[in-house]
Amino acid sequence: MEFPRPALPLAALSRTSGFVVGALTAALPVAMYAADASSTQTPSIFDPRSTQTTEILAYSTLVLGICAVIFTVVTALIAYAVIRYRARPGDDGREPAQIYGSNPLELAWTVIPVVVVVILALVTARTIVDLQIDERPEGWMPVTAIGHQWWWEFHYPEFGFTTANELHIPLSDSTSGRPTFLTLESADVIHSFWIPRLAGKMDVIPNRTNHAWIAPLETGTYVGQCAEYCGTQHANMLLRVVVQTPEEFERWARAQQRPAVDDPKVADGRATFLKTACINCHTVRGTVATGRFGPDLTHLMSRATIGAGVATNTPANLRAWVQSPDHLKMGARMPAMGLGETDVDGVVDYLITLH
Amino acid sequence: MASIDLPSPGTQASTWTSPGREQWTTVLHSWVTTVDHKRLGILYVGCGLVFLLIGGAEAAMMRFQLFFAQNDLLSPQVFNRFFTMHGTTMVFFVGMPIIIGMGNYLIPIMIGARDMAFPRLNAWGFWMFLFGGLIFYFSYLGGDGLYAAGTAPDVGWFAYAPLTGKAFSRGNSTDYWVLGILISGFGSIAGAINMITTTLSMRCPGMTLGRLPLFVWMMLIVSGLILIALSPLTAAQVMLLFDRFLGAHFFDTQAGGDAVLWQHFFWFFGHPEVYILIIPGFAYASEIIPVFSRKVIFGYPIMVGATCAIGLLSVGVWAHHMFVVGLGKGTAIWFAAITMLVGVPTGIKIFNWVGTMYGGKLHFRLPMLFCTAFLFQFLIAGLTGIMLAAAPFTWQLSDSYFVVAHFHYVLIGGLVFTIFGAIYYWFPKVSGRMVNETLGRWHFWLFTIGFQMTFTTMHVQGLLGMPRRIYTYPAERGWEVWNQITTAGVVFQGVGVLLFVIALIHALRRGEPAGDDPWNAWTLEWSTSSPPPAYNFAEIPEVRSRRPLWDLKHPDDPDWKYE
Ligand code: HEC
Ligand SMILES: [Cu+2]
Repeated sequence: MEFPRPALPLAALSRTSGFVVGALTAALPVAMYAADASSTQTPSIFDPRSTQTTEILAYSTLVLGICAVIFTVVTALIAYAVIRYRARPGDDGREPAQIYGSNPLELAWTVIPVVVVVILALVTARTIVDLQIDERPEGWMPVTAIGHQWWWEFHYPEFGFTTANELHIPLSDSTSGRPTFLTLESADVIHSFWIPRLAGKMDVIPNRTNHAWIAPLETGTYVGQCAEYCGTQHANMLLRVVVQTPEEFERWARAQQRPAVDDPKVADGRATFLKTACINCHTVRGTVATGRFGPDLTHLMSRATIGAGVATNTPANLRAWVQSPDHLKMGARMPAMGLGETDVDGVVDYLITLH
Repeated sequence: MASIDLPSPGTQASTWTSPGREQWTTVLHSWVTTVDHKRLGILYVGCGLVFLLIGGAEAAMMRFQLFFAQNDLLSPQVFNRFFTMHGTTMVFFVGMPIIIGMGNYLIPIMIGARDMAFPRLNAWGFWMFLFGGLIFYFSYLGGDGLYAAGTAPDVGWFAYAPLTGKAFSRGNSTDYWVLGILISGFGSIAGAINMITTTLSMRCPGMTLGRLPLFVWMMLIVSGLILIALSPLTAAQVMLLFDRFLGAHFFDTQAGGDAVLWQHFFWFFGHPEVYILIIPGFAYASEIIPVFSRKVIFGYPIMVGATCAIGLLSVGVWAHHMFVVGLGKGTAIWFAAITMLVGVPTGIKIFNWVGTMYGGKLHFRLPMLFCTAFLFQFLIAGLTGIMLAAAPFTWQLSDSYFVVAHFHYVLIGGLVFTIFGAIYYWFPKVSGRMVNETLGRWHFWLFTIGFQMTFTTMHVQGLLGMPRRIYTYPAERGWEVWNQITTAGVVFQGVGVLLFVIALIHALRRGEPAGDDPWNAWTLEWSTSSPPPAYNFAEIPEVRSRRPLWDLKHPDDPDWKYE
């Protein structure tokens, strides 16, 4: 149960100023949407909730600070030149003194920037070494995330189950829990895994294995999405991460491990589902449905959204989805199955029992 | 000016009018078959401006789609095609032809030559560019997109593998993307060879390399970069065609190909390409700022040196576009450090331009207005560049709207602003007419305000976690207000560009005659008539310094005493 706590020299200072910048940029939209503040969540990078993103913010604030100083100085120089040296009305029309250059000045504005760059490069090197973790440290929880056109598959090898689009992980502050170590793989094209408040981006590339890690500091639901253009529905390849206390997480994981509920009341719908091509693409553990092309549906109803966040997981939306996924997510890689009304009702009734 | 004893150009056929009244077919024929570097320059810039309007319209449509969260003005397929077409158009069919066209027109006149070294190669280059552009847009009629979802390329302007493979991009839209760029690329390479040869071997007596106008120096370096950068792109595109048609597996990940290999190829082209596009902006500013400050450029040698340094460094920084593909730590540190280093020569330039303005007498005519805005905006572009070079910061910023803001600050705030300035500066030379100052000022202010509204806010969307290239976004993200400001800015920019077009047409029809040297400038192009005769100079001039016209105007205090 250890995670890196890189102590950058300016971390404390820049955390404070980061908060100020963050408050400025986050305040406006938050104010605009204050009415339904409960549902609003802006994934601002100035509002980090994990060890890694907090350290990234500390570092970024230092960079921002240096840039702000340069900006102020140079803008002042430009403004001064523009105001002070504009040709006045009634100018005598004579040419000003011609100055061809100045070695000391030019040396100064070469050497000073070089010094700034060297300092910045050293801090950058140190931050990269501290925050980029390429191998799973002892005790961290492994999760494999697989990007698909246009949804996410999450596999928990320690527990032996698979779920989709909503990643649950335990809290990992100094008192409890453990960090999560993600192995990123792609089933088709390049995607990118990004939850701004919890983890910086890492691309998800076919034929390659990348890694990311999350040591969340506060429970709650965090939003993110695929950040690398991956085709038609790139915009709706959303991500939700639910950070739970270690006990809650344990309970959730145990529930996910169980096979699907088999409710005799929906036997008809179940039969329809099992004899339709649904089973070629979807898994419902404990049945003949073992497809892996689409999301695992074993505990479909434990998720808050469907279609990688495109709609809330309500019976009405499920019905619309089963009837024609295009209707909610144009171009989605699940075909409209052309089921009759009663069959759709039956299948949806069955899906709703999959808690 | 009358006392200047440079050759007077006489009244022979100029760029625009052939002697007598010709039939339109004859005029058309003369333009299509022309090998005159000035006419080709005008054709290049003119076509670039037409593509600018098309690419701008595509951008505007995307912005209207993003005005509301969950808007359904555009389907995802149409939106994805628009950003692919927009990006590719702006880089290859707006930026490239305009910079090559300006070089074409000005390099020979600035170095006292009568034409480019290879006039027919020059014409061939232009027609290849135009042919490439037409093929690219023909895709709207001829190609199917991802999953046969429609026509026109929809893989993004950097066309990452394996999305471009046959498995994911059926139909032919991706092939149009490849061929359009490939073909126009041959034109760019021809143009670069021509500019290098012309600069090295056609200079007039006395025009040593140390006396080249900065414009010519910078275009020389740009031409070198074009030769270095375009070839790997061409190679990668041919490999992609092999994948798509001959069953090769370079980038075909399903058969063991490498998706990251494409990125290395692409950015080995793509990063120098950024400098290929922005150094000409520096070139225009380096001519305009001194003239309107009434002072010689501050630190000519170090300006040349800094441009060389930028050119060299620019071929060693490509992987800063790849900080989130999972590079090793050492690689990431190297590319971060080298990228930050580019800030040094770039900073030198900004300081030298400001140094030129110090102690001068600044005349804020149209060219200077645009160059002043350029200085300020390019400063911001450079600083956000440093932030993006800071790899851990980029773990958050990469592929977000912050990146979109950054490169539009470079390419619009830097390049397009200086192009507007350059057009206002050289238009009197090219057409013989002055542009109406009032129209131009309206253009400047509307465009600048619109630019700030659109692209300054985009930084914020990025910091608030909005990725680029999404056709829609959930309302709960809190991005909507910012997107609305961004879109509103587009309207201002659109009206500004409209006024620009009106100002040029108005000037062509009713503009005041410009005379040979309306700005009281110092380089050779202002010594010949406006527009210049077909042969540029009746007699090849001879120069003794970097500012031959200054020497003529100030025989008591000529430049060559001090250089
Ligand atoms: C060709 C494969 C395929 C078939 C056949 C198929 N699906 Fe799907 N399904 C998918 C894919 C792919 C997704 C994910 C789409 C996305 O989010 O972009 C999906 C998503 C879903 C979801 C939403 C799951 C979630 O958590 O987001 C449900 C529910 C679903 N399918 C039900 C069905 C039912 C019921 C059938 C049969 C009537 C069926 N599917 C047939 C491929 C398929
Ligand atoms: Cu994706």
